[in-house]
Amino acid sequence: MFGRGLRALSVATALAVLVAFGLIFFYAPNDADQGFVQKIFYLHVPLAIVCLGGFIAGGVLAVKFLRSGDRAWDLRSYVAIHMSVILGIAVLITGSIWAKASWGHWWVWNEPTLVVFLIVFLLYCVYQPLRFSIEDSERQARYASVFAITAGVFVPLCFAAVRLAQPLVHPRVLTGAGASLPPSMALTFFVCLLAMTLVYVTLCKVELTSKHSRDMIRRLRRRLEPAGG
Amino acid sequence: MRNGPGLFSASWALLRKDLAIELRTRESVPAMALFSVTVFVLLHFGTGRDTFSGGLAAGLLWVTLLLATVLGVNRLFVAEREQGGIDAVLLAPVDRTAVFIGKAAALFLYLVLLEVVAVPAFALLLLAQGSAVAVLPLAGVLLLTDIGLAAVGALVAAMASETRARDLVVPMLLLPLVVPLAIAGASATEPLLGAAGSAPELLRWLGFIGVYDMVFLLLSVAVFDFLLED
Repeated sequence: MFGRGLRALSVATALAVLVAFGLIFFYAPNDADQGFVQKIFYLHVPLAIVCLGGFIAGGVLAVKFLRSGDRAWDLRSYVAIHMSVILGIAVLITGSIWAKASWGHWWVWNEPTLVVFLIVFLLYCVYQPLRFSIEDSERQARYASVFAITAGVFVPLCFAAVRLAQPLVHPRVLTGAGASLPPSMALTFFVCLLAMTLVYVTLCKVELTSKHSRDMIRRLRRRLEPAGG
Repeated sequence: MRNGPGLFSASWALLRKDLAIELRTRESVPAMALFSVTVFVLLHFGTGRDTFSGGLAAGLLWVTLLLATVLGVNRLFVAEREQGGIDAVLLAPVDRTAVFIGKAAALFLYLVLLEVVAVPAFALLLLAQGSAVAVLPLAGVLLLTDIGLAAVGALVAAMASETRARDLVVPMLLLPLVVPLAIAGASATEPLLGAAGSAPELLRWLGFIGVYDMVFLLLSVAVFDFLLED
């Protein structure tokens, strides 16, 4: 059910990642004042965008579940958030490395984007404990969906709050006036964004397929071994 | 359409029920108030300072209030869950939104009562003698923030009431969700506690808190039904 097209998608993802890394190391120029370290930008920013996008997608999928009552949507919402939390860890690590290299500190509090990301990440870390502390599976799906929607609305609100509160230190990649990058860097950036999106989608699909087949195996086994066996 | 009582009379009945329980048991509000005063004492001894001022004072006040809110949210559905009151509420032919409004209104009143005790206690214990507190604007900030806190709190309380680790889920869920309120509340309060008096950015913060309140009120009304199904 979820496994269709997985192989083609995996191949496309692997190619996109290879091309992205090729562009990062051989095509994009070194940054004028940050030098080679700035290359982590091509990993960090797309990861962060995909991660936040995944959180919001989790909320949208949860709306679909609550509207339709189809458990497959809940499973998709769960996997989307699960994978985004994992990407979130990578975002925090790459962000810290970049902060250390360019600002001299692992963590900078007067840095709105960093702080919001941490808050959002902490909130979504509660998703799993909340979900699995509810025993009834139907109720579990409903409560997890309510959480996903609430948190999905919270993400943009939190960005607004922190941005109001603090001066901007974090480089704005995509400002209202358009990308503030030279074309070669912008091209690399968008290829990386595409590659990261593909990685995310592939990971979600693998997870969905494995969860689905595990359920099917469990069902088959139950049918083979009659109760008490 | 169900032909039960209207939304507001149902909410009012539920609110009265919660207030009657609170008046008789005196569980939530005294605990919240006592907790906040205890935190002030802890702050004094933990930092070794007698007075706080400016941004530090505003931040400590808000952190304390939010932690006290966690206590209230933890207890919000306790009568429903432990004594089976939820079945009675669900059997009643009223809109589920009434349950949310009743609970949020009860939490709002608890928070106002908490602040009536905690904010003067804070001023007395931890603010420098004679610092001019702008009472009216401060009350406005607190009341407006309480609306958002009550909406999020009622939603989180309902979400956590069916989980096994409810006491753990509430703070982990509530505190990140109210970070924007903490930022806005503390920033708006900071100039009100010091000598500066007026705040040029007060309106901007009040506007933000208002937007937060609106968003979470509407969101909670929209999703609350799903928490009380079956």
